[in-house]
Amino acid sequence: MNPSDTKTTDISEIKRPWRWHILVFLLPALIVYTAVMILPLIETLRQSFYNTVEGQYTFVGLSNFNVLFGDPRWAADFWNALKNNFIFFLIHMAVQNPIGIALAAMLSIPKLRFSAFYRTAIFLPTLLSFVIVGFIWKLILSPIWGVAPFLLDSVGLKWLFAPWLGKPDTALIAVSLISVWQYIGIPMMLIYAALLNIPDEVIEAAECDGVTGWSQFWKIKLPLILPAIGIVSILTFVGNFNAFDLIYTVQGALAGPDMSTDILGTLLYRTFFGFQLQLGDRSMGATIAAIMFLIILAGVSLYLFVVQRRMRRYQF
Amino acid sequence: MSKARASLGRTAGVHIALIAYTLVALFPVFLTIVNSFKSRNAIFREPLALPTPETFSLIGYQTVLKQGDFIGYFQNSTIVTVVSIALVLLFGAMAAFALSEYRFRGNALMGLYLALGIMIPIRLGTVAILQGMVATGLVNTLTALILVYTAQGLPLAVFILSEFMRTVSDDLKNAGRIDGLSEYAIFFRLVLPLVRPAMATVAVFTMIPIWNDLWFPLILAPAETTKTVTLGSQIFIGQFVTNWNAVLSALSLAIFPVLILYVIFSRQLIRGITAGAVK
Repeated sequence: MNPSDTKTTDISEIKRPWRWHILVFLLPALIVYTAVMILPLIETLRQSFYNTVEGQYTFVGLSNFNVLFGDPRWAADFWNALKNNFIFFLIHMAVQNPIGIALAAMLSIPKLRFSAFYRTAIFLPTLLSFVIVGFIWKLILSPIWGVAPFLLDSVGLKWLFAPWLGKPDTALIAVSLISVWQYIGIPMMLIYAALLNIPDEVIEAAECDGVTGWSQFWKIKLPLILPAIGIVSILTFVGNFNAFDLIYTVQGALAGPDMSTDILGTLLYRTFFGFQLQLGDRSMGATIAAIMFLIILAGVSLYLFVVQRRMRRYQF
Repeated sequence: MSKARASLGRTAGVHIALIAYTLVALFPVFLTIVNSFKSRNAIFREPLALPTPETFSLIGYQTVLKQGDFIGYFQNSTIVTVVSIALVLLFGAMAAFALSEYRFRGNALMGLYLALGIMIPIRLGTVAILQGMVATGLVNTLTALILVYTAQGLPLAVFILSEFMRTVSDDLKNAGRIDGLSEYAIFFRLVLPLVRPAMATVAVFTMIPIWNDLWFPLILAPAETTKTVTLGSQIFIGQFVTNWNAVLSALSLAIFPVLILYVIFSRQLIRGITAGAVK
C-alpha cells in the first residue's frame, strides 16, 4: 500500500464510523474458507515436518521428505508416481490442445450450421463424473464385451486391439486418453471463446493483405489465442496433478497393472488412508500432499509470473 | 464458381470432421444407455443394436433398485449439492459485494487471499480436513461435505461475482442510500436481483464438481446413509462387476440427472464459459 492510499483511507475513517456492515458481508465467506480450506492446508503442510518417532509425535525436519525421496520402501513408488503424473500431463497437452484448437477453429467458422448442436454434444462428457466415464470406457475396452474389437474390425484394424487397460506398457496411455476424451470440452470452449473475440476488422485486414486459410490461422489467429491456450494449459496442469478419481475407478487404488498408472493422487490416497494390508500413514500422507502443493504452486507461479507476463496481449 | 465449390467442399469437410468427433463424444454414453435396456444375452450378442421387443429388459434396473439404495443416494447428492450451492451463492455474493463496493484497508489483499483457492485444490488439505472432521464429530455426515464444498466453491464465486458487481451502476445504489436504505437492503434488494445471470453461471460451475466428486465422499462420508450418487454407484458397480445388466443400469441412472440438467441449462453454461472465462 502506498502512502497516499493510506492517507485517503485515514480521512475516510475519520469521516465515517467503523463500518460494521463490511465485516458482516465478508465474515461468513472468510470463516468457512479459512476454517475448511486454508487452515487445513497449512496444517497439512506443517504435519509433513512431523512424524512419530518411538511412539512420540515430534518435529523431524525434512526427514519425511528424505524418506520419500530415498528410502527404498517409499522412493520407488514415489518416483514412479511422479514420472507417471508427468507422462499423464504431457499426453494431455499433446492430445487435448491440438484437438481442442481444431474443434474450436471449425466451430468458429461463421454461419456454420448446427454448430450449437456440435458444441453441446462435444461438451457433454465433461459434465459426467469420472466414475461414469471410467466404467463406461472400462466396459468398452473390455475384451469380454468386445465392443472395441468389433468396431476396429469394422474398419479393418482388428489386429490393433489389445486389452490396453490391462497391459503395463499401454495402461497409462489408455487412461490418459480417456481423461482427454472427457475433458476436451474445456479447451474447446475456452479457445472457441477466444476465437470469437477476435474482431472482424483484424480478419478483414488480413484478407485484404491476401492472408487467408491456413496462413491466416497460423499467423493471425493462433498468436491471438495464445493466452487462452495458456489458461487451458495451467488448468490442465493443476487438474492433472491432483487427479485421482478416474484412476481409482478404472484401475483401483493400487493403480494397476503393476502400479503402471499410479499418480500422485492415488499414491496420496493409499498412503494417507491405507489400503488393504497397508496402514494409513498421516505424516507421509501430509508429505506427499506437500509435494503436490509445491508442484502445483511451482506450475501456477511459472504461469503467472513468467508465461503470462511474457505473453503479448493485444488490445482491440 | 470454382471458389464457391471449393468452399462448399471445405464446409462439407468441416461437417464430416465435427460429426465424427460428435460421434466419438456421444457414442460411449449412447452405448451405455441403450444396453442398459437389453437382456444379458443381447448385450453380448449385439452390443450396438437398439433394444427390440424381444431383447428389451429392465432386469438391470430392478437389480439396482433392489440392491442399492439409489433413491437415498440421490437424496444425499441433492441435499449436499443444493445446500452447498446456496451457501456458496449467498456467502460468495456477500463477500463479492464487500470487495467490489467498499474501499477499505486491505481490500486488495483480501481479494487475493480469497482468490488463492481458485488455483490451489482443496484436496491437498485432506489430511487435516479429515482430522478436523473427526475432532468435531462430523465424519459421515452430510454437513462435512457441505462445508468442504462451500469452501471449495467460494473462491471462484467471489471472483466472478465481484467482476459482475463492479458493473452495477453507482447511481442506483446512491439513490437507494438517499432514500434511506441500509447497506444490507441495498445488497439484497438492489444488487442481488441485478446479478442474477452471473449467479446462475456460478451455480452451474459450482454444481458440476460437487455432484461428480468421489474423493471427499470416499474419505469423509463413506457410510451407507451418507453415500452420494457418485460414491454409491462406484461401490455398487465394484460389487456387481460381473452383472452387466446391473452395471449398465447403475451407470445410466447416474447419467440421467446430469443429462436432463444439461439439456435444460446447456445454454446458460456455454454462455457462461464463453463470456466470462477468458479475461
